[in-house]
Amino acid sequence: MSGMRVNKYWSVAVLALLVLVLPRFVPSYAAFELTFVGAYAIGILGLVILTGTNGQISLGHGAFFGIGGYAVAILAQKLGVPFWASVPLAAIVSGILGLGLGLVALRLEGVYLALATFALAVATPSTLKHFKSLTGGSQGLAVPSLSPPGPLHGVITSEQWLYYVTWVIAGALFLLTSIALGGRLGRALRAIRDNEVAAISFGVNPQRYKTFAFGWSAAYAGIAGAIVAIATGFVSPDTYTVALSLALVTGAVLGGIDTLWGALLGGVIVEFLPLLVQKINPAAPSVVYGIALVLFMIFLPGGIARSIQAVIHPLRLRREIHHARS
Amino acid sequence: MHVRNRPLAATLAACFALSLGVGAFAPAAADEPGITPTEILLGGLHPYSGPASAYGAIGKGILAYFAYVNDKGGVNGRKITYKDLDDAYSPPQAVQLTKQLVEQDKVFAMFDTLGTPSNLAIRQYLNDNGVPQLYVATGASTWGSDGAKYPWTIGWQPDYQSEAIVYARYLLKEAPNAKIGVLMQNDDYGEDYLTGLKTGLGSKSGNIVKVATYEVTDASVASQVASLKAAGADTFFVFATPKFSIQALVAAAQQSWHPRTFFNSVSASATILGAATKAGGEDATKGLITTQYLKDPSEPSWADDAGMKQYREILAKYAPGADPNNGFFAYGVSIAFTMVDTLKRAGKNPTRKAVMDIANHLHETDNFLVLPGIVVETTPKDRFPIDQQRLARYDGTHFVPFGEIYAGRGRGR
Repeated sequence: MSGMRVNKYWSVAVLALLVLVLPRFVPSYAAFELTFVGAYAIGILGLVILTGTNGQISLGHGAFFGIGGYAVAILAQKLGVPFWASVPLAAIVSGILGLGLGLVALRLEGVYLALATFALAVATPSTLKHFKSLTGGSQGLAVPSLSPPGPLHGVITSEQWLYYVTWVIAGALFLLTSIALGGRLGRALRAIRDNEVAAISFGVNPQRYKTFAFGWSAAYAGIAGAIVAIATGFVSPDTYTVALSLALVTGAVLGGIDTLWGALLGGVIVEFLPLLVQKINPAAPSVVYGIALVLFMIFLPGGIARSIQAVIHPLRLRREIHHARS
Repeated sequence: MHVRNRPLAATLAACFALSLGVGAFAPAAADEPGITPTEILLGGLHPYSGPASAYGAIGKGILAYFAYVNDKGGVNGRKITYKDLDDAYSPPQAVQLTKQLVEQDKVFAMFDTLGTPSNLAIRQYLNDNGVPQLYVATGASTWGSDGAKYPWTIGWQPDYQSEAIVYARYLLKEAPNAKIGVLMQNDDYGEDYLTGLKTGLGSKSGNIVKVATYEVTDASVASQVASLKAAGADTFFVFATPKFSIQALVAAAQQSWHPRTFFNSVSASATILGAATKAGGEDATKGLITTQYLKDPSEPSWADDAGMKQYREILAKYAPGADPNNGFFAYGVSIAFTMVDTLKRAGKNPTRKAVMDIANHLHETDNFLVLPGIVVETTPKDRFPIDQQRLARYDGTHFVPFGEIYAGRGRGR
């Protein structure tokens, strides 16, 4: 076990190192794309908590993405709030709304919950258009770009700066999540997912934990949306369609919905799969998304992360799958 | 554990220091990006997937026209390569793809990116980097009116406001005391039209007795039409996309309301009015008025027109399978003509600056799909390339142009 843990530290270290030096070896626009990978990974991490760990399905996380994006845009444009304050505020706003949805979700399960969250995703663009004085309607709002602080001016570009900021946030959130899910909280969430009655008999309050999971997960989506909005420099209602919510779920499932590595891989998938597929056939991204999803469900139900682990630690995985199925 | 992690932290710190020390990027080469002795590289974005994918036809029309021009020897000896990518109508994707086109592919200019949100999202970046953002495919007025702030950006088609101004001017002459009912889509597109109408009516804005809005998610606009009729309107403005504009005409006919109808050009194609006539009878469409600036390929009266024939030949050869009656292809070919015209005039060694300068001094009288008499024209003070429009009346099967050529923003009055 100790050996395995050291391995884990080293793989995280190698990854951190890669993140650190990569902008020096790739063009500026590639660093820019990797910023989106980081943001999407944070958003999908929210789904790993909610769906993978707690067993609640959300097809509406694009809505929280949008709330995060608009929160940053409105705070920056109307109130002049700087980045370091607006991103946490975006997380709080979408987290609170997530708690609200979590309360509703307590009464819904399985397909009904999926449908309710799906409705949220469908309603997002027109809701954003409706509150025109606040959101700018369908014209959207501009978001000021993030320039590097004084001493780094001229040393790195604003794209590279946003890249580092994003990955520091991502690193912190992954660490926090890893600790939280590895402890009492994670055990409670998993217990509720696996058998709610059994969890109650162990003294776990499912209502409280399920609502909290929704809020926690929504806050992550809000942070991700905030970063994407800053990187894009612009928010508009039609960015936050059902397609975005589905892309996040797809990324989570393909990456591996119950592991942190899965969230990271999911970020890579959401960012690069459409770009990659476009090179093959401009009209096909959604078709390929669909086919990939079906194939994964059949052949690799644990996603890419679990499949890689299966190669590295076959026995451990077999035990875990056995555990998950029983 | 602590001991194990210490070298790790040291390595990370060292690498961060190293990564900062390497320094900034080398400055770009002096040569004009995207120009080689044999090629001009342009970039563009169209939604080939997602909710707005119907507009993808514009990109295909452009590609067909460039292929035609290249076969004829290109522009001043150079062939045009158009790298047209799918942004799915999503601003985050538009920004990423634009950076990729500018920094990786090193395009000379961006041309005909579609959609107001996508273009707004990439405008600052392109202007910061001095990359031309030419002839964007949207009817918002900001492309022409904000030239001082964004000198590298320019539109092409008439903006929605000027179109509404044209209607207002005509109406003031014909029926100065008309009672006006407006049906509009509840977004910036509808808003732009309404603003233009009010501007055009001026002191007569009070003639508008009711404005009814619909959401793109609405199932029907029948109740909105009923409310306009109930308000006593005798003049009906339809500022709506095709689906809703058909519904509006049919609903009015079913409610036996026969107002004087103005119908926004966005939806005014022979195909759409054919559908409305079929569903609502001849009364639903006959006599309605719209504006035109391009020849409508689905309009039979253009069948023998030389420009229309050329258009059909180009599509048949370079975009086989494309339906030439789809006006979006015609739009693409026509706007590509202006682009080629601009590059030709930029001379043997085009620069980004020179191209922008020409875009600010357009005077194009030979665009073969633009209506005869309309000039694609700009000056540094008037950055609306197509500003003239012609009124046309639907006679039950055809659009019959009538009256003079109007200029929405005052030029050529």
